[in-house]
Amino acid sequence: MKDIIENIQTKFSISEVTKQRDNQYFISVEKKDAVQVVTYLKDIEKFSNFILLTAVDWIEKGQFQLTYLLSDPINKLDIGVRTFIERENATMDSAHHLWEHTATFQRELKEMFGIDFPGSPRVDEPFLLEGWDNIPPMRREFDTKKYSEETYFPRPGRTTNDPAEHMKKKLYPNEKK
Amino acid sequence: MAEEKNYKIIQPEDTEENKFLKPENYKREVTAPDGETFVVDPINDYFCDAKPQPHAPNTIKIVEKFLNWARSESIWVLGYGTGCGSIEIYPLMTPRFDAYRFGVQQRPTPRQSNLFIISGYLSVKTLKRAIRSYEQMPSPKYVMGLGSCTINGGMYWDSYNTINRLDQYMPVDVYVAGCMPRPEALLAGFMELKKRIKEGKGEGANEYAEKFDWYKANQKKVIKDWNMPDYNW
Repeated sequence: MKDIIENIQTKFSISEVTKQRDNQYFISVEKKDAVQVVTYLKDIEKFSNFILLTAVDWIEKGQFQLTYLLSDPINKLDIGVRTFIERENATMDSAHHLWEHTATFQRELKEMFGIDFPGSPRVDEPFLLEGWDNIPPMRREFDTKKYSEETYFPRPGRTTNDPAEHMKKKLYPNEKK
Repeated sequence: MAEEKNYKIIQPEDTEENKFLKPENYKREVTAPDGETFVVDPINDYFCDAKPQPHAPNTIKIVEKFLNWARSESIWVLGYGTGCGSIEIYPLMTPRFDAYRFGVQQRPTPRQSNLFIISGYLSVKTLKRAIRSYEQMPSPKYVMGLGSCTINGGMYWDSYNTINRLDQYMPVDVYVAGCMPRPEALLAGFMELKKRIKEGKGEGANEYAEKFDWYKANQKKVIKDWNMPDYNW
């Protein structure tokens, strides 16, 4: 696994390498290199299995972090390729030409985070949220509780108790806050 | 050999109503074998657009009582699982729980069944299918809400895509609480449902017909891409 990482480092500029286990590494690359690195890993380093493509919303940085998770089922190796993309008008190069099922992940990211993948098949069709007319729900500025209360007729009578507050009230009823 | 098309699709106008119309439901100009041409509008022509009517009970009390007894003893469950709870329905049909002894059995299509078990959380996408299935079931029909998700949203109470209360969208006869309820709880639910039907309280289909506009308004509030007929059976 170490020699694979060294091979990649000679070809692409890698900002960070994280070792999780002996057979599991994460590498961080530039946005423009990400699909190239994935292609290289698939074609040259035999990471033939695409596990998932996922996004994390770093709202404070104004960025999305994409992770391509690949595995080599013969040598039992895993590698994650991380990249940051801009949050405003988020677009990323599509990787559907490498594995067909990447298009499904990209379609979901388009729906849930609003990350566009131009050229990916059926990327604009609704996947789970048919007729959604709000901001993409997995973006962190979307208030899911408020949306649910406004839309789905919450049943009255639900109360929640903070365990610490509850025990304080129960054990020390005379004490003021 | 490719079959020659005998129709021409008419592109719909760009209005709010047609926004979510599926291509298979576009109006089309069909040429009949005798050369006559006519326009087919699938949404309005292929489905009945009459509202459901409430069904009055039999005026002779003892006959109605007998009918209710007969209804309660022939419960046909629609084999349609919406959430995680559907996994609890399969063991019912095994020797261990054996729901057949209560006269409960499963059918594959809505047109052959009269009990709809909403088994767990219901996303908006599934709700649309559930409503279509419910409306296709013949009266008298019953709905059982399984699990806390159908009661108040359960652990998905603040989710952006799952409904909180099932009874806003279709009339519910029995709720079975739990997350998830065991098959024994489901059997208890069947007994409760039978009791209700025998008492003459299993009037869900009539309730749906009477408050049809209210239910439709609630359904359309959450299903924003309403591209099907209002009542389809």
